[in-house]
Amino acid sequence: MVIQAQVRRRTYVDSITLMQIATALKRLPGVENAAAVMATEANLQLLAEAGLHPGGVTAGAEDLLLVVKATIPEAAEQALQAAEELLTARQPKQTLLHDGEFSLAASTQPPHSLEEAVRRQPEARLAMISVPGPYAALEAELALRTGLHVFLFSDNVPLQEEIALKQLAQQRGLLLMGPDCGTALLNGVGLGFVNVVPRGPIGIVGASGTGIQQVMSLIAQQGSGVSQVIGSGGRDLSREVGALTTLAGIRLLLEDEDTRVIVLVSKPPAPEVAARVIEEAASGSKAVVTCFLGADHEALEQRYGSRVVVARTLTDAATLAVQLAATPASYHAATTPASAIAARLERLRQTCAVSSASGYLVGLFAGGTLCDEAMQLWSTLLGPVYSNIPLEPAWRLRESSLTALPGHCAIDFGADEYTRGRPHPMIDPSLRLQALETVADNPRVSVVLLDLVLGYCAHPDPAAIYAPVIAGLHRRGPRPAIVVSLCGTEGDPQRLSAQAARLQEAGATVLTSNAEAALHCVQLLYEQEESGGLA
Amino acid sequence: MVSPSTPEQLSPSPFTVINVGAELFAEALRAQGVTVTSVAWRPPAGDPAALARLLADPAIDRANEIAVGRMLAAEPVLVDVQPARTLIPLFREAEGGYALLHAGPPISWERMCGPMRGAIIGACLYEGWAGNEEEATQLAETGRITFAPCHHYHAVGPMAGIVSPSMPLLIVEDRVHGNRTFAPLNEGLGKVLRYGAYAPEVIERLRWMQEVLGPALSRALRHIGGLDLRSLLAQALQMGDEGHNRNKAATSLFLRQLAPALVETGTSSAETASVLRFIASNDHFHLNPSMAAAKAMTLAGSNVPNSSVVVTMARNGVDFGIRVSGLGERWFVGPAQSIQGLYFAGFGPEDANPDIGDSAITETAGLGAFAMAGAPAIVQFIGGTPADALRYTREMYALTVTTNPQFSLPPLNFQGTPTGIDIRQVCRLNLPPVINTGIAHRLPGIGQVGAGIVHPPMECFISALQALADSRQTT
Repeated sequence: MVIQAQVRRRTYVDSITLMQIATALKRLPGVENAAAVMATEANLQLLAEAGLHPGGVTAGAEDLLLVVKATIPEAAEQALQAAEELLTARQPKQTLLHDGEFSLAASTQPPHSLEEAVRRQPEARLAMISVPGPYAALEAELALRTGLHVFLFSDNVPLQEEIALKQLAQQRGLLLMGPDCGTALLNGVGLGFVNVVPRGPIGIVGASGTGIQQVMSLIAQQGSGVSQVIGSGGRDLSREVGALTTLAGIRLLLEDEDTRVIVLVSKPPAPEVAARVIEEAASGSKAVVTCFLGADHEALEQRYGSRVVVARTLTDAATLAVQLAATPASYHAATTPASAIAARLERLRQTCAVSSASGYLVGLFAGGTLCDEAMQLWSTLLGPVYSNIPLEPAWRLRESSLTALPGHCAIDFGADEYTRGRPHPMIDPSLRLQALETVADNPRVSVVLLDLVLGYCAHPDPAAIYAPVIAGLHRRGPRPAIVVSLCGTEGDPQRLSAQAARLQEAGATVLTSNAEAALHCVQLLYEQEESGGLA
Repeated sequence: MVSPSTPEQLSPSPFTVINVGAELFAEALRAQGVTVTSVAWRPPAGDPAALARLLADPAIDRANEIAVGRMLAAEPVLVDVQPARTLIPLFREAEGGYALLHAGPPISWERMCGPMRGAIIGACLYEGWAGNEEEATQLAETGRITFAPCHHYHAVGPMAGIVSPSMPLLIVEDRVHGNRTFAPLNEGLGKVLRYGAYAPEVIERLRWMQEVLGPALSRALRHIGGLDLRSLLAQALQMGDEGHNRNKAATSLFLRQLAPALVETGTSSAETASVLRFIASNDHFHLNPSMAAAKAMTLAGSNVPNSSVVVTMARNGVDFGIRVSGLGERWFVGPAQSIQGLYFAGFGPEDANPDIGDSAITETAGLGAFAMAGAPAIVQFIGGTPADALRYTREMYALTVTTNPQFSLPPLNFQGTPTGIDIRQVCRLNLPPVINTGIAHRLPGIGQVGAGIVHPPMECFISALQALADSRQTT
């Protein structure tokens, strides 16, 4: 086994691209492991932990480091050569001057700074910022000062900086979406991880990317459409931040003539923040649906039920919003439509009350909010659900290997511990595929639930990766059953129906509602018990 | 509270986005028909929070306008040539008269590089302080010689930059601000003191410069009432010079303007001919007047409170040092870098001394590599293409506060050279300024072995930025 490294001095490439390159290198013949990182101290530490630290190579935070561990030196060299080609191919588009050409034309180099980019393109109105967290506030501040709205994907931005940025945005009448904002859609243009949906009467303000994607996809599937989607970032509804972006988004939707229904998607806000947000949203003549996953819905209904519709799942939020948008009169509590999810949940509750199941449900999720929603439903019916993002502290999953399971489990592969040094599972499925094979080998596991999120920025063809693995498991026997929560639309580049068909063909049950998929898992669990219990 | 944006304000058609970070997001937008400009982003240098504060500080912007305004307003005029001992107070104050100026930030004999030590030995021999190399070395080692940077006395010297009391110095007067700046006379190429040579012919040439060249130039300059260097440099830039590594046009212009007066004030035709021949045979003769002019410009921009404009970049062959207008006389140093370039036949990177000399004052004033777009011929010397020359100049606009309309560049549609390096932008873009320079052999006395491009170490700018942040916090 040999380790070979290559340093590119003073070269910066974003981590998503680097991780994609590393993943590609690992698939090359003879390559045991590979890494492509900026040589920060933290990354060098990670390399050392992975047994990939190239001794004797000096590189600093400004240098790009490629490391390949291979069976023979030739394989390592070929991999480094491949990395070179991939890096060149991934350079931002630009016209290159031919060697020796002396041109008086305007600069062909990409701009070095946001300000320079704005000078070249003064009509720009929005900055998309995804640089590493410690630098994100600086870029966002300069963008706001230049007069740009900001979509801030970066996370790990200090709370105080987030508050200062949001106050600056407010002073300037600009919209700051994020930090940690994954999804938005403005006047028909999707930003970040987003599904392709028709224009329509429903506006969404949300703190959770996959939560928003679920709601907008289900709206599209029900034949309606979306006016604007404003992402606020995960901490916006905290007491400290005080929903500055959410409130700005709500006001924007209230003024937007195309918006007739406003949907708010978030984890439970701080109580005083919830009050302000709901007051603001209900202050206009538009119908409002709240979907605060994990909140005390009874209390919310009691307090605000006369003014807003309280949805308990993302699916309910979408369905209720579509129905409200089709109602000509303005919203009145008496017109609240019934929830199909609630009815199904009630039927399953009766099943669970009379018998118990010995098999396990395992959810392997890419979307944190989808994981959260499934856990809410499962725990209502089945009790403890162990997780790396548990609903109760006592349900924290300590074993990360997944070889021994304490009971029903749901893992969020988008959480920090799984995304350090590797791409998000929505981009790179490899880690979750490994986990799928591991849990499928466990005889106690009856049903596995996977979420697949389609749309821009997600994996271009997840079915091509997952269908063969699912088919392989299916051929081995009926257990575990595989259920896929497929979040997407026909307009998505991956096309919902094409993805669903291939996954079904492989033996998976495919549902486009995450809540229904979660409930279907419970039903399958009991059906399997009835048909013979444990193998 | 400002009223919230309407969606129309938010995204007029066509939707145009600036992408900073992952290219994935730009690609997704392009797939939707959106125009996206991707920034070639690099992590900034230094503390991002301090940088954000300083970039948003209007007091710094105002101070920088003043600093560069003064730099552009300066009128450097070459008025005279006089012995250094009459111009540099240190030479009168130092004990026993043993004092020398050197290039770059302060440095002790123990840490000096080969060429600088060689030049000091040569200066001791030239001044008669020592009879041979051993005596000169001993004099230096025992600490009897006071060393000080040229910059501390408003002087600038190329390469080792050694100035001793008897050497003639060019005197440049800033007619607007009244400052005077100094530079020694250029000795030519080959075995010369500034590269650390101290053979008898080197000392002999220095004596001829002291006795013949200096007085001849002094008479001629007084006769014509001074030479406007700003105008001369402006013309030279349009004739293919960049004012640092290419001085052919400036030297020719200098000679054209001074030749009649040299003849008219000459003591004998043989002596005058030797002076004319010496200047005409040295393409770099005008480097030193250009450096003194650049020093006059940057000196004018110095000591403006709160300004983040660089007013000195200088190297002693070991350390690279910068000084910043709003941070007074304080040096911010980092290791001198090795030069990327071409070597003369028979030499290679292993022969090279790290970056050395005060000549980076030209870049500090918006000349040199900053004006390279106007000097396409130079790229052959440093190993590049004319496209590189354009690129270097273009990149520097991102680092500078203003452009100098007096120094205009024909290939950039007569745009002025980028002027007034802002340490905030250097850190923000993590892009150190570019410098054209010669490569000195690391051993004394061998001379120039190549030429190329070099950058200051980022440490200088990071520590200066921190100092500026600290000074803004306490005010």
